[in-house]
Amino acid sequence: MLNIVVCIKQVPMVTELPWDEKSATLRRDLAAGMMNPACKHAVEAALQMKEKHGAVVTVLTMGPPVAEEVLREALAMGVDGGLLISDRLLAGSDTYATSFILAEAVRKACPQFDLILCGAYTSDSETAQVGPQMAEELNLPAAAYAENLEINGRTLRVRRLVDNFRETLEMEFPALVTVSMEKYSPRYASFRGLEEAFSDRDIFVFNAQDLGITPENLAGHGSRTKVRKVFIRKAQKQNVMITGAAASAAGEFLDRYQGMISAAIGKSIESKKKAVE
Amino acid sequence: MKEKQKSIWVFGDYRNYYQNRVTLQLLSKAVDLARPMNAEVCAVVIGCDIDEWIMEYTAHGADRILAIDHPSLIGYSTEYYLSLVEQLVGQRDPDILLIGATDFGREFAPRLAKRLKTGLSADCVGLDITPEGLLVQIAPSFGGNMLAEIVTEKHRPQMATVRPGTFKEIPHNHERTAIVERLPLPDNLSAPRVRVVEYERAVEREHTIENASVIVCGGRGMGNRNNFKKLKELANLLGGDVGATRPVVYAGWADHGALVGQAGKHIKPKILFSFGISGAIQHTAGLGEANFIVAINKNPQATMMKMADVAISADAGDLLGSLIKELKKRIRE
Repeated sequence: MLNIVVCIKQVPMVTELPWDEKSATLRRDLAAGMMNPACKHAVEAALQMKEKHGAVVTVLTMGPPVAEEVLREALAMGVDGGLLISDRLLAGSDTYATSFILAEAVRKACPQFDLILCGAYTSDSETAQVGPQMAEELNLPAAAYAENLEINGRTLRVRRLVDNFRETLEMEFPALVTVSMEKYSPRYASFRGLEEAFSDRDIFVFNAQDLGITPENLAGHGSRTKVRKVFIRKAQKQNVMITGAAASAAGEFLDRYQGMISAAIGKSIESKKKAVE
Repeated sequence: MKEKQKSIWVFGDYRNYYQNRVTLQLLSKAVDLARPMNAEVCAVVIGCDIDEWIMEYTAHGADRILAIDHPSLIGYSTEYYLSLVEQLVGQRDPDILLIGATDFGREFAPRLAKRLKTGLSADCVGLDITPEGLLVQIAPSFGGNMLAEIVTEKHRPQMATVRPGTFKEIPHNHERTAIVERLPLPDNLSAPRVRVVEYERAVEREHTIENASVIVCGGRGMGNRNNFKKLKELANLLGGDVGATRPVVYAGWADHGALVGQAGKHIKPKILFSFGISGAIQHTAGLGEANFIVAINKNPQATMMKMADVAISADAGDLLGSLIKELKKRIRE
């Protein structure tokens, strides 16, 4: 039976972004969380493989204790077990450190894995780096942005679109793949599943010590980058208002912005009438 | 004692050159960054029959080219490229390494950074250099609604992937010269573990909503499925894609793939048309990088109308019909 590990992340819901104006930082501790959308697609991909080939699927996440919620959600969708890595020591990790920590967790808790899946990117930091960097940590063949996965024995076939090229890749297990949001639309958790996920299913929680991670060895594997500041992008919008009947408003809009529209669409919509003056 | 020559490297990503000139844009920015540091700009070019790119990068600002040209490097193998660039960096110790945030670059760079035990920022939309030679990397987050200023203080090279279109290339100058070092293929390369079974250019220029330059988004204000379907006609006229809000996807008027916002796609079109969308934050979270927004709504007080460059106060369905009619006329002319 296949052994699949899916790495998922809890991201802040944008409706709930508590912004600290004074320090210009996001109060992540106060934000309500949800499962990152691409991670949800990765869970769906794992569940489809489980249905087709038989598999044990474990979800793995790192975050504050509340990140347990996304593990419960994945359990409700149908995965078999969840593992949370939670420790203040690990807070503020960049992708370099995060990929090390997740790889340590896989080595400790799921050393028999065949396949690791990740979402291709997260909706908060959007780096798309943790998956590829985990592949390096674990020295695995890997592919990013998978749209479709097929298993044949110990061979994994990945279809993807990169830079306008359609690629079909093959690699042997164990391997790591990040899943795009093109296919694998996630299923909804059933009410029954939710109930079970929150009642009698266990989630394992590891701290840094459980993984053998100390401040000393984190110095060697820890964050390389530092965020100096975060700021809101303030767009300068013209906010021109056009009113009137639909036909005249459409005409007025096109008259005023024909140059810009022509440039954006790569063909001219500029009225020739204007040239005759 | 002679000080080490400082250098800024740009990875030569040429696979999709005709659609994507990010390497040339990075060379131009590298020239800017190199000036105060008194650094050399170096392009790394790997592949088979790459003279074309060596000349191109020379003409666009490189002082030095490190080239590995070998028949076994045909195709674009991430694993070969990783081993080769890892070895080159190990030998020469550049200060900065810039890589285009193409799909290839965003898979290649994180793995390379891990091997080099250094930091990496993703999809930067700005770069700057401090007097001390620290690269300030501006990276977007939350769908471009926020920007983060990132530095790699202690580890080298300082690495960043940079969004195509962020910088302007230097005009082609065929009189420029560069030192071209043609390096042999090391004999310790192991065979890639990922096999490319099929590899073909997507038949048409693959249009994904994330890279569309015009997007026509529709919301509940379109009223019904038939009206919503007409958005496609406008999108076709403008060579764009159709996006949708969550209620519309739930109603079955559009596929999940068209969903724009927090739970869907983050878009960055040159022009966004927003028809009958009130502007709930779950949707607008995906619009942080839309360059120019045209909102059409009956309600001039809608959030979407307030965040637009142009707000047209009209029934979304009616205006859509008029706009299609008027556009057809003008395109025919």
